[in-house]
Amino acid sequence: MKSLDELAKIRENRREALKIREGIPSATEKAHVMMCGGAGCISSKCTDVVDAMKESLSKNGIADQVQIILTGCMGPCDMGPVAIVYPDATFYRRLKPKDAEAIVEEHIMKGNMVQRLLYRSPGAKEPTPKVDDIDLFAKQKKIVLRNNFYIDPTSIEDYIANNGYAALGKALVEMKPEGIIEEVKKSGLRGRGGAGFSSGMKWGFTANAKGTPKYVVCNGDEGDPGAFMDRSVLEGDPHSVIEGMAICGRAIGAEQGYIYVRAEYPLAIERLDYAIKKAREYGLLGNDIFGAGFNFDIEIRIGAGAFVCGEETALLKSIEGKRGEPRPRPPFPANAGVWGKPTVLNNVETWANIPEIILKGADWYAAIGTEKSKGTKIFALAGRINNTGIVEVPMGTTLREIVFEIGGGIPRKKQFKAVQTGGPSGGCIPAEHLDTPIDYESLGEIGSMMGSGGMIVMDEDTCMVDIAKFFLDFVVDESCGKCSPCRIGTKRMYEIIDRISNGEGREGDIELLIELANTIESTALCGLGQTAPNPVLSTIRYFRNEYEEHIKDKKCACNVCEFKE
Amino acid sequence: MAECACNCGEDELTKQLDKIIDPYRGQPGGLIQVLTKSQELIGYLPKWVQVRIAEGLGVSLQEVYGVVTFYAFFSLIPRGRHKLSVCAGTACYVKGMKTLIKSLRDVIGVKPGQTTPDSRFTLEIVRCIGACGLAPAMIVDGKDVHGRIEPEQIPEILEQYA
Amino acid sequence: MINLTIDNQKVAIEEGSTILDAAQIVGAKIPTLCYLKEINVIGACRICMVEVQGARTFVPACVAPVAEGMVVRTNTPSVIKARKLVLELILSDHPMECLTCVRNQNCELQTLAEEFGISEIRFDGAKTEYPIDDSSPALIRDPRKCVLCRRCISVCTNVQTVQALAAENRGFDTLIAPAFNDKLADMECVQCGQCSLVCPTGAIVEKDDVDKVWAALADPKKHVLVQTAPATRVQLGEAVGAEPGSIFTGQMVAGLRRLGFDKVFDTDFTADLTILEEGNELLQRVTQGGTLPMITSCSPGWIKFCEHFYPDLLDHLSTCKSPQQMFGALAKTYYAKKEGVDPADIYSVSIMPCTAKKYECQRPEMFSSGYQDVDVVLTSRELGRMFKQAGLDCSNLPEEEYDAPLGISTGAGEIFGASGGVMEAALRTVYEVVTGQTLESVDFEVCRGLTGVKEATVQVGDLPVKVAITNGLGNARKVLDKIRAGEADYHFIEVMTCPGGCIGGGGSPIPTNTNIRLKRIDATYTEDERMVLRKSHENPAVTALYEEFLEKPLGHKSHKLLHTHYTPRGVNK
Repeated sequence: MKSLDELAKIRENRREALKIREGIPSATEKAHVMMCGGAGCISSKCTDVVDAMKESLSKNGIADQVQIILTGCMGPCDMGPVAIVYPDATFYRRLKPKDAEAIVEEHIMKGNMVQRLLYRSPGAKEPTPKVDDIDLFAKQKKIVLRNNFYIDPTSIEDYIANNGYAALGKALVEMKPEGIIEEVKKSGLRGRGGAGFSSGMKWGFTANAKGTPKYVVCNGDEGDPGAFMDRSVLEGDPHSVIEGMAICGRAIGAEQGYIYVRAEYPLAIERLDYAIKKAREYGLLGNDIFGAGFNFDIEIRIGAGAFVCGEETALLKSIEGKRGEPRPRPPFPANAGVWGKPTVLNNVETWANIPEIILKGADWYAAIGTEKSKGTKIFALAGRINNTGIVEVPMGTTLREIVFEIGGGIPRKKQFKAVQTGGPSGGCIPAEHLDTPIDYESLGEIGSMMGSGGMIVMDEDTCMVDIAKFFLDFVVDESCGKCSPCRIGTKRMYEIIDRISNGEGREGDIELLIELANTIESTALCGLGQTAPNPVLSTIRYFRNEYEEHIKDKKCACNVCEFKE
Repeated sequence: MAECACNCGEDELTKQLDKIIDPYRGQPGGLIQVLTKSQELIGYLPKWVQVRIAEGLGVSLQEVYGVVTFYAFFSLIPRGRHKLSVCAGTACYVKGMKTLIKSLRDVIGVKPGQTTPDSRFTLEIVRCIGACGLAPAMIVDGKDVHGRIEPEQIPEILEQYA
Repeated sequence: MINLTIDNQKVAIEEGSTILDAAQIVGAKIPTLCYLKEINVIGACRICMVEVQGARTFVPACVAPVAEGMVVRTNTPSVIKARKLVLELILSDHPMECLTCVRNQNCELQTLAEEFGISEIRFDGAKTEYPIDDSSPALIRDPRKCVLCRRCISVCTNVQTVQALAAENRGFDTLIAPAFNDKLADMECVQCGQCSLVCPTGAIVEKDDVDKVWAALADPKKHVLVQTAPATRVQLGEAVGAEPGSIFTGQMVAGLRRLGFDKVFDTDFTADLTILEEGNELLQRVTQGGTLPMITSCSPGWIKFCEHFYPDLLDHLSTCKSPQQMFGALAKTYYAKKEGVDPADIYSVSIMPCTAKKYECQRPEMFSSGYQDVDVVLTSRELGRMFKQAGLDCSNLPEEEYDAPLGISTGAGEIFGASGGVMEAALRTVYEVVTGQTLESVDFEVCRGLTGVKEATVQVGDLPVKVAITNGLGNARKVLDKIRAGEADYHFIEVMTCPGGCIGGGGSPIPTNTNIRLKRIDATYTEDERMVLRKSHENPAVTALYEEFLEKPLGHKSHKLLHTHYTPRGVNK
């Protein structure tokens, strides 16, 4: 890729070919079927549906007039397999191979939607055929997931068609490195990994840090149980991450990037690997990109199963082939990152925001969200909720909107009890705080945290002592063992909560848990340890009565805990 | 001397192992990648493999072993032909992971972390596989995701894996 | 300079310093556990937490760099409460066998528990359970007592570059051990014992052989004799409670006699002998075209290190046994004959600042008298305990002289205990033997001090002799790699396993740190200066030994009794 014109040419050609996906009927093609290829739909056997559809198309002699694309995750995992048929943008759900024929012969060939496969809002008589009209999607705002309905994640030209790599072109040809950093700073973008540090400031520190070479690292070690946002981005739109990293490379003067992906995500790794190869092929990675004298390349590093590697200093160790044990900061990665060199480290979702910010400008981005938290946030909605899956909403959306409007509320008429955000670092938020607008600060104030975006809904049947125990078990298992408060302290917390849940709780156990929790928070070495007590503290804060009931009455109201006789 | 997990002959295996090591000779930074690929080749990471990797990359055996035992993906013992990984993510936990594990134990007769005597299955618990919408979920052999598993479906699922 | 406030006192300190450094200036003592200056700075134990204004959490003083305008409080009630709980947690995973622990009253964890007034452990959960490794003749590893401070890893990996230990597993199950929980005896561990020197608790300790010695002393048939290594006389004081740098030569001799040893001899004697053998070997190699550079062979950890990691360079090693083993071989031959004692009845005890010597005396090459040449080795620490057991108050013992003839020595033998000492002793002799002239000054200052690699060229007659001196195996590695690369044009290299030389050996009193090493070195050279004779070739007992028994350096008997060979071992075998 030597010039913006060259990119524009590819874009225009490809966009023409993809007009059908914008709802404009095509003279040569009857339809594009966008079949969700996210992990959920794949496990719901969407590929069998694709095979059946292909068979039906061949049988009817129109195989060359219909494209079937396996996209990234569309979001509504519990309805899978789902598909969107363009140009009508008709949304189908719960597809089975036997439904393929109807879609081909009725919808694609005759133009009649298959009513029984359409989405119906709870309680509604009429179906909602168009994807954009469905509540679940209508209330979302897709920036990071901008391409997930639209492109084939294995096609770089699809990505380019939707303005892909235009931001990189702009950054290289029209902007100065300082200008890029300034733009990111102005956008107000904060790290989506959980802590919420200003990305632009991080870039600035690294750009000014002494030492070369510098590195750009993508943290794709999405380890929070109940979080799969980054996976969806990597699987559905890998080029957005590559482009974001390359832009940063220009801004800070780095020529090498690393993407660290957890081994549990084989499809994401495959897609990413393919995307990197294609980007090299198109000259969007490699030497002299856009003729601007800028070189940049990316290597994938695969994790090997350690949650703590999501912590930035541990991740850096892991990239270097070592035990992923965090080290004290400072020095921060901006000064001493990979191989001890200045490094910018952001997570997948953060990187995917960058191209849009550069292309549409900081002001556009900063207009979305709240005063201190800009842009959108993706959440992975799961647990006792009707619509599970991935949603992207503007910062400031309330928990109630997400749980009850987008998520469709609690199934089987059960009562909402709490929503857990932030994974093992976060907390359980009770009904009284459902109207909290989501941003970094307000979630912190109510004892939880943004985290990377897992959101697990719990109903009246969920025992909060049991949930706290679950998270402690997780942390004890995943503690690296380097610092004493986390290594021994979380173990002791687990042992106490375990005896409470066994009916062997003692007077004073709650106070002991609080004392331990406070000390671990203030003394542990890394973010994992410092936030490990949050699930316990937040459940004690909001559901202390459940603890007391377990200890004093030897009773678990939810019938989850098994007491020793 | 070297033990070999398959029947291909140790020399052949050593050759293949060296092919994995070669691009990283003298580069300690490649340790995790080499271990990952070596485990793919051999099924686990016995001592002779770790020794060869240590010498190839120029790190101490202690360092290699420290890394192997830090990461959950690496195994020091042979595993079954099929790996049943039950997701222990929050969503799965909330939606019946414990029952799923109990049912699997009842059917195959081993606890998490163990392998059946016929080497057919290894049962393990893994961190969130990101199929939260399908809880409770299990991933078989690292690729086939089975979601919303009811206990009575288990025999049918396992049948697919001889 | 950075200006900050600690406990309301202003302090200015160089940029890059830590809060801990700064606190020392204002006299604020911050407790530490994993921290070990210059060796282990990892911020893992979280005992040294302090309050820093504006920080979200407490801050570990040992690793946190100072910053301009920083406001630190080291002893607020909340800081103390947090430290105390962290300590309580560490203790909750500790066996609490203090009364039966070899480190009783010399344990950093115990001291902290006392200082914090820990009176109750409120946690009764699981404790780390891993088997004890007592396979090595030198060291015992007890992971139950380990607090995972990782000082041993740091010293073994960064200082000694042996890498026998690493962190394994993770979380609560973390274990510091060799790979596959291999036995220390069966792997590359060189038994130098530096790990035991830095361990804050009793998780790695010397193997205690005191009872063997008591048993021998109790046996009327045994003729029990003892040799004391050069460094022990500047260490024993510390082992019994005196200030570092105290010289306890005469008191040690007196004390050993009171313990019931039949003869009290001195390794300094065979140190002098080593100079004659090794000096002649060097001259022979130089004049007859032998393998150069020649490297000293007194330090058994170093020998094992070379056998494992540089087996290709074994020809560079002097074939001389260490002074301990030369002594052992002569005691059961020359001395036995001279004294008319049946060598089978001789029980030969050696007092060393070293754990590797325990291993060395058991090597199969070390039976040249027809018996195990040295029967048992005690470290300085064990001798200190023996004195305590016997109720000997060293400070009030009269100073006594070593027995003749194996107790007669020179200052040259004495300085073997410090890095550079062997080289200096060799130069004193080689110079005079080769040139036939008397040295104006016997002090080769260039050889002395703690610098990791010291180099010098000394004109000996027509020959500019190029020498190198290293202490700490990591420094040895630097020079060895040069030899391997063909870039080393030295004639003679002195290698000592431990930082500072034997005065900082793995069997030294605890604590041993840079400051204390320097004091012991000073004491060593003071002792050298006090000696009437300061050159090995002037030792009359050595001259007599040659006349009566050995005939000449490198002669037939020497070859049989005083020289040895080495075994290539490799790694991961």
